Amino acid sequence: MTLAIDRNAPAIAAHADRYRRQMAARRLRTLLGALVFLACVVLAAFGAEVDPAKFAQNLWRFPKYIYETLPTLRLSSLGADLAEWYWGLKGWLKLLWQTVLIAYVGTVLGAAGGFLLCFTAAANLGRSAWARWATRRFLEFCRTVPEIVFALIFVIAFGLGPLPGVLAIAIHTMGAMGKLFSEVVENIDMKPVDGLTATGAGWWQTIRFAVVPQVLSNFASYALLRFEINVRGASIMGFVGAGGIGQDLIEAIRKFYFTDVSAILLLIIVTVMLIDFATERLRHALLSLEHGK
Amino acid sequence: MTLALSAADRAALIARHRAAIDGSLRTRLVTIAVIAGLAGLFLYGVASLEASLWKILAGFANLGSFVALMLPPDPGSLARAVIFVKALFETIAIAFLGTVLAAALAFPLGFLAARNVVANRVVHFFARRSLDTVRGVDALIWALIWINVVGLGPFAGMLAIMTSDLGAFGKLFSEAIEAADRKPVEGVASVGGGRAHEIRFGLIPQVLPVIASQVLYYIESNTRSSTIIGIVGAGGIGLHLAETIRTLEWQQVSFLILLILAAVTAIDFLSNRLRFAIIGKRAN
Repeated sequence: MTLAIDRNAPAIAAHADRYRRQMAARRLRTLLGALVFLACVVLAAFGAEVDPAKFAQNLWRFPKYIYETLPTLRLSSLGADLAEWYWGLKGWLKLLWQTVLIAYVGTVLGAAGGFLLCFTAAANLGRSAWARWATRRFLEFCRTVPEIVFALIFVIAFGLGPLPGVLAIAIHTMGAMGKLFSEVVENIDMKPVDGLTATGAGWWQTIRFAVVPQVLSNFASYALLRFEINVRGASIMGFVGAGGIGQDLIEAIRKFYFTDVSAILLLIIVTVMLIDFATERLRHALLSLEHGK
Repeated sequence: MTLALSAADRAALIARHRAAIDGSLRTRLVTIAVIAGLAGLFLYGVASLEASLWKILAGFANLGSFVALMLPPDPGSLARAVIFVKALFETIAIAFLGTVLAAALAFPLGFLAARNVVANRVVHFFARRSLDTVRGVDALIWALIWINVVGLGPFAGMLAIMTSDLGAFGKLFSEAIEAADRKPVEGVASVGGGRAHEIRFGLIPQVLPVIASQVLYYIESNTRSSTIIGIVGAGGIGLHLAETIRTLEWQQVSFLILLILAAVTAIDFLSNRLRFAIIGKRAN
């Protein structure tokens, strides 16, 4: 069977014409969007002082740099070569442990702060619109200012060392977690809240017995996720003198101790991957705990 | 009717339903052990900070005086203000261009790392692991490395943002591609389309809106990261921020922070609107 369509039939021609016009309009819109986008790219290229000639001329330095950071490992003397590559392992492990501790203490403090503030910031529980607005703006401020900026200021206020790093991470974590937590709280089932209000419970009692049991596993899951992010953040805190492995890393980069750079970076990447893996397992366990009930 | 429950009745009730009220002993022990472990690690961490109460109090006193000195925010002079605004523009340019280039480079990589496009397990494994490694290095570290290649300035910062996003985008894109519906691909194959046609007409229309929304989200988050990339000398407002903090020009510090807050808020707003236009719903 063949399907015969007469293109010149008036009904079909009108439809075809309309289709063509609509497609043309759509193409014009896409083209306009692409032009605006291109203009933005060109403007940004000027702003970022992009220089393709310099890039092409110096690009060889990038693989060279990577190559230079690679240690010389010979099969015949692998043990000695590895020992030479990781000559500072003891000190680095100590700093790495400090980095993880900075992230951990910062996460706990920040999560506690976010926990206290999220109920005021949540639209369904907040007692006064004014307090809700103020809490939300405060959390926004805490998470918009980058943690390393807080660290720079805290290093001057508290002196060099891990303390400013912990505080910087705690403040940033509080801002990020306060928002996530309040979103979780806004999605709870309100029936237990109504039930407790009906028995005459106060605000804190309502939260303790009606809200917290519903949100706790979600909160723990977010805190674990944040811990992993904070380990990454803590690894660069040392760049501004706020403790952790970052101080050795920036020294190695600045002074061109090439193999040290790769040794320390590898340590950080492996640590972050391990923590990533462990927290993901824990989060899945937590979520299945919640859904499996 | 009143509900009267004497103390004796209450005690009897509790005694009868002990198990229901307390829960199982094992759950309680595990809960207590986990909380004790977490609290113990926290206390150990606090102890290892080598921070005396005196040091903390003195620090907060310093911080209070800094905040007092920050008010009112003031760029110092008009010339400084112009320099700061220019640096802010540089920051936004770094974030925008870095993200766009990373997306353009990660687009083919994403297909390479997607299981339903490249079935080869070895290619898939290496594509994924190398993306993970790139992602594991912070943008600030990439900036330090790129400075060695193209010198100080915003160009190095842009390349750093691009490199660190390449890893993240590669992973996100490949996940979007793996989650795509098979049916359009099969449809294209059934009318005689080749492998390239399948990808172009079966996969790309599905993943493009998802990818666009992720790119917008990253432009937003990169505006935040590119504000600090100047701390190591890779261009943008971070250079001035670090400098004014180190020279204790607190009024200029607060001016710069306000400038960053305003820019980030504006870009959040814009990208939310754009995302709404692209995927037809508010995605936050």
